[in-house]
Amino acid sequence: MTTPHTDTSVHARGLIKTYGEVVALNGLDLDVAGGTVLGLLGPNGAGKTTAVSILTTLVTPDSGSATVAGVDVLANPKEVRRRIGLSGQYAAVDENLTATENLEMIARLYGMTWREARARTKVILDQFRLADAAHRPLKTFSGGMRRRIDLAGALIADPPVLFLDEPTTGLDPRSRGDLWDIIRERVQLGTTVLLTTQYLEEADQLADEIVVIDHGQAIARGTADELKRRVGGEHLDVRIRDIARVPEAEKILGTVAHGALRVHAEEGEISAPVPHGVEALSSVLRSLESSGIDIVDIGLRRPTLDDVFMELTGHEATVEEEKK
Amino acid sequence: MNTVRDALVIAHRNIIRIRRVPDVMAFVLIQPLMFVLLFAYVFGGSIDIPGGNYREFLIAGIFAQTVVFGATFTGAGLAEDLQKGLINRFRSLPMSRSAVVAGRTASDVVYNALSILVMSVAGLIVGWRIRGSALDAIAGFALLLFFSYAFSWVMACVGLLVPTPEVVNNASFVILFPLTFIANTFVPSDNLPGVLRTIAEWNPISTLTHAVRVKFGNIPAGTPDPSAWPLQNSVLYSLIWAIALIVIFAPIATRLYQRAGAR
Repeated sequence: MTTPHTDTSVHARGLIKTYGEVVALNGLDLDVAGGTVLGLLGPNGAGKTTAVSILTTLVTPDSGSATVAGVDVLANPKEVRRRIGLSGQYAAVDENLTATENLEMIARLYGMTWREARARTKVILDQFRLADAAHRPLKTFSGGMRRRIDLAGALIADPPVLFLDEPTTGLDPRSRGDLWDIIRERVQLGTTVLLTTQYLEEADQLADEIVVIDHGQAIARGTADELKRRVGGEHLDVRIRDIARVPEAEKILGTVAHGALRVHAEEGEISAPVPHGVEALSSVLRSLESSGIDIVDIGLRRPTLDDVFMELTGHEATVEEEKK
Repeated sequence: MNTVRDALVIAHRNIIRIRRVPDVMAFVLIQPLMFVLLFAYVFGGSIDIPGGNYREFLIAGIFAQTVVFGATFTGAGLAEDLQKGLINRFRSLPMSRSAVVAGRTASDVVYNALSILVMSVAGLIVGWRIRGSALDAIAGFALLLFFSYAFSWVMACVGLLVPTPEVVNNASFVILFPLTFIANTFVPSDNLPGVLRTIAEWNPISTLTHAVRVKFGNIPAGTPDPSAWPLQNSVLYSLIWAIALIVIFAPIATRLYQRAGAR
């Protein structure tokens, strides 16, 4: 379908974009090597979608430059569009059309003939295990299935570079796992992927390299392991009954933590990054018990985006929108 | 060439929707039918047309009003595509930059043709007849469709500017009701007082209606020729309006599309 592209990398330099008073991007640099997955990790409003919109030619930056698969995004947007697939935050499908009708339409708009479009749609529906539902209007589909159709649309012309803007936000764990499998298959075939996500776990599962962004700027880069090492291997969460004793408990957790504690005093909650999870857990348990502090809940968990943000920026990632 | 090809793909998609979406069906087929029957039976008996038959006078007016309201589909459809993220998807594809709007306005012609078909059949049942030549009648239908096509480009701009399809519908009622009522659509403009009469005479909806009436042979015998220039040259005047609307609003709509949606 598409001719082999020698250069399938993505590069961006000094991207700046403001909307009135709001600075969406403030000098962002990105590099995605051909055939690899870059995870752009950040909270809502960090500038992830704006970055994807610029690279997919939907938005013109105020300044900065970018190339996708060797083509200049600003000088030659139409050539860029031939080489990319985009699957956005919301399933951008016509729900009154069937899966087949939606995909054939997109294939046609990529420039295929009816015959090619029909053949390609059949193949991709099989690949996505949606052949049974091929002739049902999307209205009858679950959210996860719509996202799959949306992703199938992005992949229908076999683009060498794929942009995924929060592909699994709002999906249940099973649908999320299904989408991850599909993305992994693509990467094995050599597709370059730029993925935005709010979930550290998702970036961890899929990305070769992660760029953490906040307020339109990259604040950290590295592999998932490198980032996790920075925030500590695991987190120890404790909730105590008597909130008056939070300062004492803080002191106890401080002895095992190797980074800043996060404290919600009014809830009696304390969270600490710990290098050796099980040892820390048992030592904290012992100390709290011997001091007579009642524990409501205690447990170890893997670091989340919140932890990464706390460590890198000193503030929490969570904004109101995210709590919906 | 690519624009035509891509626009046809988009138009095809919109036409599939007629069968699938009940409100589209209602708006395209049932509402026009209702209008013909309501006006024919409710007003038909109480409004007098000198030397003529009100039902026959009325049909061209209902046709004109319906096709102008039909342009709302273009606006509401684009607003919906914008809201659902489809415009963003289209804009990320290597397709023609004007095809999405061009495809919309083209599929509107199909919607309007269906409406006119339904209304014509209903009209024939309530006693309307085409009294001119077949060729003139065809010209009358073509003028209706061309004018509504031009008007679709105006509504396309509205659709790309507002946040939701509901706003398009509300806004269009505010604009389209006065436009289609301060006209000769339902009453002869001669009966209107002073300023309203002048507005009605220069209103392109009036000239469209009048032109169609003439083409259908629905002007009662013995009606004096209209005194206003636009009505005397109703076909020409309506065509000038239609062409002007396309020339002005098609480029605006295409530009709006290219900026729409993304953030």
